[in-house]
Amino acid sequence: MNIIVVGLSHHTAPLEIREKLAFESNGIESPLRELTSLPDISEGIIVSTCNRVEVYAVTRDIAAGMARIRRFLAERRHIPFSSLEAYLYGYHGENAVRHVFRVAASLDSLVVGEPQILGQIKSAYGYAAEYGASGLVLNRLLHKAFFVAKRIRTETRIASSAVSIAFAAVELAKKIFDDLSDKTVFLVGAGEMGELAARHFITAGVRGVMVANRTFERAERLAAELDGRPVRFEDFLDHLHKADIVLSTTGAPHFIIGTKDVAEVLRRRKQRPMFFIDIAVPRDVDPAVNELENVYLYNTDDLQGVVESNLEQRRMEAEKAEEIVADEAGRFLSWLSSLEVVPTIVALRSRFEEIVRSEVERTLSAWKGISPEHERRLDAMTSAMISKLLHTPISVLKHTGQGGRIDLYLDALRSLFDLSPEMREVDEDNGGDGDG
Amino acid sequence: MNTVLFSVVIGIYGAATLLYVVYFARPAETLGKAAGRILASGFAFHCLFTVNRYLESGYTPITNPHESLSFFSLAVVGVFLAFQWKCRAVILGSFVMPVAFLILLASASFPSAVTPLSPTLKSGWLAVHAVGAFAAYATFTVAFCAGVMYLLQERYLKKKLLGVLFRRLPSLDILDDINYRCLAFGLPLLTLAIISGSLWAKSAWGAYWSWDPKETWSLVTWFVYAALLHGRLTTGWRGRRAAILAIVGFCVILFTFLGVNLLLPGHHSNR
Repeated sequence: MNIIVVGLSHHTAPLEIREKLAFESNGIESPLRELTSLPDISEGIIVSTCNRVEVYAVTRDIAAGMARIRRFLAERRHIPFSSLEAYLYGYHGENAVRHVFRVAASLDSLVVGEPQILGQIKSAYGYAAEYGASGLVLNRLLHKAFFVAKRIRTETRIASSAVSIAFAAVELAKKIFDDLSDKTVFLVGAGEMGELAARHFITAGVRGVMVANRTFERAERLAAELDGRPVRFEDFLDHLHKADIVLSTTGAPHFIIGTKDVAEVLRRRKQRPMFFIDIAVPRDVDPAVNELENVYLYNTDDLQGVVESNLEQRRMEAEKAEEIVADEAGRFLSWLSSLEVVPTIVALRSRFEEIVRSEVERTLSAWKGISPEHERRLDAMTSAMISKLLHTPISVLKHTGQGGRIDLYLDALRSLFDLSPEMREVDEDNGGDGDG
Repeated sequence: MNTVLFSVVIGIYGAATLLYVVYFARPAETLGKAAGRILASGFAFHCLFTVNRYLESGYTPITNPHESLSFFSLAVVGVFLAFQWKCRAVILGSFVMPVAFLILLASASFPSAVTPLSPTLKSGWLAVHAVGAFAAYATFTVAFCAGVMYLLQERYLKKKLLGVLFRRLPSLDILDDINYRCLAFGLPLLTLAIISGSLWAKSAWGAYWSWDPKETWSLVTWFVYAALLHGRLTTGWRGRRAAILAIVGFCVILFTFLGVNLLLPGHHSNR
């Protein structure tokens, strides 16, 4: 039983190809059914987001299974196979398991650590489960992937830092004010960047917004959009004391907010702290303002620095996350191989019992006058012999489950004792790592 | 019995302190919760120890350095637990607990024998005066820790040094709020301690105020915190200024408590 992954993503394919291949979640039932009815494929899941289209499947034959899924993708989406082939990647075994874990944990995302992907994988799995396309192995794999994603989220800080200037400004504001719900944002200059940052603050739950702009109509329009209050540009200094967070983005060629202005404003505010975000180039706020007590001034470069260090930290955290992925992939694979060991042991034991039973029957049929008591003893003796003979091989098999030689052993056992390759599926979940 | 209880308290506080320090390096919710529970159990034992000591000796056990420092530590832990419960400021423990633990260790270094009380100290005022004073000191100790944290965090924000410490420390607003709350509880307690002490002095020695060094320095302490509260309420002394004053106030307390007792003679030196 092998897990394979076939697909493409933003790493390998341009948007034109990705959008051609994308599946709609509405009509996902028929492709799922088609996928699992392919020969060699016993389970399947289709993940389709704007950045990736991937099929996770379980197959007996890795090469054949991969080829079938490649063709399935091309035919299903009416793309010539030759033009699609170059963009597709395929993984099997440990690499496939790692890939699924990495995708779910957002390590393979365009913006590493972005949170949407986990939800997208969950809903893809939801459809597969609903239409019976996933089975024992993929169910287990996906649950494990959700568990890994959660573990990475709690044990590393992969997603906990801001990677855009606007968001970094909100994060800083929370380190100054803690609770933004009673704070007012003052947008001075109605530029695009300022508007974006203001929207971030609104999402973060600030109480109010004020907007000032050289053309008052523009201020009025933006204020209406942001559910805020417009202020005439000439008067903006008189309203500054009402603002806790000042977002300055004017096109003025010189400083429009000086140290004296802010010192005066602070007196009016009884020294309540102020956070100035100067994203104008050239700058709007005199850098000396940062020297005043209870005032914090960040300009574009400062915020860019925050973003850079956050990205750096994400990269460091991603390394920790990769270790977790490797660790969990190892555990999952040993479970997967135990799935192969158990039926082999069952087959081996029944082969032994078969031989013994036929020999015992032959002996008994020629043995006149044996008492039932002796017959029982003979039975007990033969089954004890089976257990003793099988004890060592079975315990070796079970313990090799953690190592890498198990395939060798299983293969040898099958040919030495002529065990049929068609083994009964063991429909039990022997594990329980606490994932839900 | 008491020695055993005291050792238990030292052990538990030590463990809790360690957990809070580890929590600072690796904040995990479960670790914070564990530290809180362990500390709460230590606090319970410490209360038990104090009550037991009271029953054994028959007076409020704040009469010698061993008892005083032990009660000081108890009060600091109590104030911190209240903040942790109210404001979820777990990281505060990484700063307060080492201080509380040090105070407890200092207490352990003094002889713990129950000494017969001198007649002047035998009074109902002892409880009000000493408990009030140490409760006030405890809130100011927490304010001191919050002040140190504030100055660190403020520096990081100003200089744009946004490293690990910056991420761990709470927001300036929370730290300033802790400072204010400590002041709002601590100053009335200190006032109570000074007034009750003065009334007690009248009944014991016949004079409300005799300018012994402890009294003088307590008054200095009171003025520092009263100035801070006044500045806060009128002209907005907050943030950095409040943090610095909380640290200055704590230094004055240390001097009042240790320096005066050890260096300068007076009514209180019999402690």
